[in-house]
Amino acid sequence: MAFDYDKWIRPGKLPHIWCPGCGHGIVMKGLIRAMDTLQLKKEETAVVSGIGCASRLPGYIDCCTLHTAHGRAAAFATGVKMARPEMNVILVGGDGDGTAIGGNHFIHACRRNIDMTYIIMNNYIYGMTGGQFSPCTPTGHKASTTPYGNPDPGFDIAKLAIGAGATFVARGTAFHANQIDKLIVEAIQHKGFSVVEILDDCPTTYGRRNKFKSVIEMMNRLKEVAVPVKAAEKMTAEQLQGKVLTGVLYKDETKPEYIVEYAKVIERAQAVKK
Amino acid sequence: MEKTLPKIEIIEKYCKGCHICVEFCPKDVLEMKGFYASVKNLEACIKCMQCELRCPDFAIKVITE
Ligand SMILES: Cc1ncc(C[n+]2csc(CCOP(=O)(O)OP(=O)(O)O)c2C)c(N)n1
Ligand code: SF4
Ligand code: SF4
Ligand code: SF4
Ligand SMILES: [Mg+2]
Repeated sequence: MAFDYDKWIRPGKLPHIWCPGCGHGIVMKGLIRAMDTLQLKKEETAVVSGIGCASRLPGYIDCCTLHTAHGRAAAFATGVKMARPEMNVILVGGDGDGTAIGGNHFIHACRRNIDMTYIIMNNYIYGMTGGQFSPCTPTGHKASTTPYGNPDPGFDIAKLAIGAGATFVARGTAFHANQIDKLIVEAIQHKGFSVVEILDDCPTTYGRRNKFKSVIEMMNRLKEVAVPVKAAEKMTAEQLQGKVLTGVLYKDETKPEYIVEYAKVIERAQAVKK
Repeated sequence: MEKTLPKIEIIEKYCKGCHICVEFCPKDVLEMKGFYASVKNLEACIKCMQCELRCPDFAIKVITE
């Protein structure tokens, strides 16, 4: 049966603003299916974003939502979670929002291991502002600000998250639409800071400049580069050249979670007063 | 046994003509007709739901029993 997305979309909000073939819509559908699978209560779920095309996502979802300042989703979301620990807090945003202006907030949310889920849509570019390079733009690729090719190496978001202390890290792609909701479900269920990177496409500002002839070509590239972690175990370093691992990349259920630890601080402080 | 066919609904108000559903349908059921996606050969549909799953624009629904 057709999936009923309508019950999670604010009435009258479609069509959304994203360009034809932009993967952000595919990711939003994955998030909706995940929220539906977990039967999250709308009044107990907050979707929080910064600024960018990807960060427009909360405007469409019918639950508690916050569209905040550029790169600051993690700060606002932390406030929500601290004030209302029973809420499911889900951050969404782009590679620019999360790893450039918001890079600091990102790594410290990882370090704290606060129980929230961060979905980062990596289209390798600042889509909204016309295609400036982001910290995720691969070396040699073109952006409006690197017309002769980007000299910088791009961040590996998943490795960055693991290194900074996130305790659940997964990666999917906009091509592998079926997997997106499953990764998000696992991320939400995990108690701690969970990062789900979705490799995405921006046909308008990235595809065009980097000689992708169509949205389909961009989707096929995602299909080609992705290798599930399990399959990668049986592949040689040579075979893995230029590939990107997908699936659950890291999970640690032993590290203390921030809300739990903070409650202990409150308890200690209150004991002193008496 | 007679095969039951789904109803494929394409919401033109939402469709942005990206070709994704047409290209990734394993049975070549869909085509672009002008700007919008359209059903070309419903008989071949295997109800795999790929088109509905992939459409970034909530524009295609595969309605089965
Ligand atoms: C403080 C501040 N600086 C810069 C901007 C301009 N700006 C808006 S969106 C954006 C980048 C968004 O890129 P990304 O997060 O990758 O999202 P995408 O549009 O690619 O989905 C920038 C630099 C802003 N809105 N606010
Ligand atoms: S500019 Fe790029 S990221 Fe923004 S909506 Fe268009 S395709 Fe998507
Ligand atoms: S359900 Fe599958 S076979 Fe039928 S039109 Fe959609 S993609 Fe094609
Ligand atoms: S995938 Fe959706 S938006 Fe794209 S052509 Fe098909 S119905 Fe239209
Ligand atoms: Mg981006």
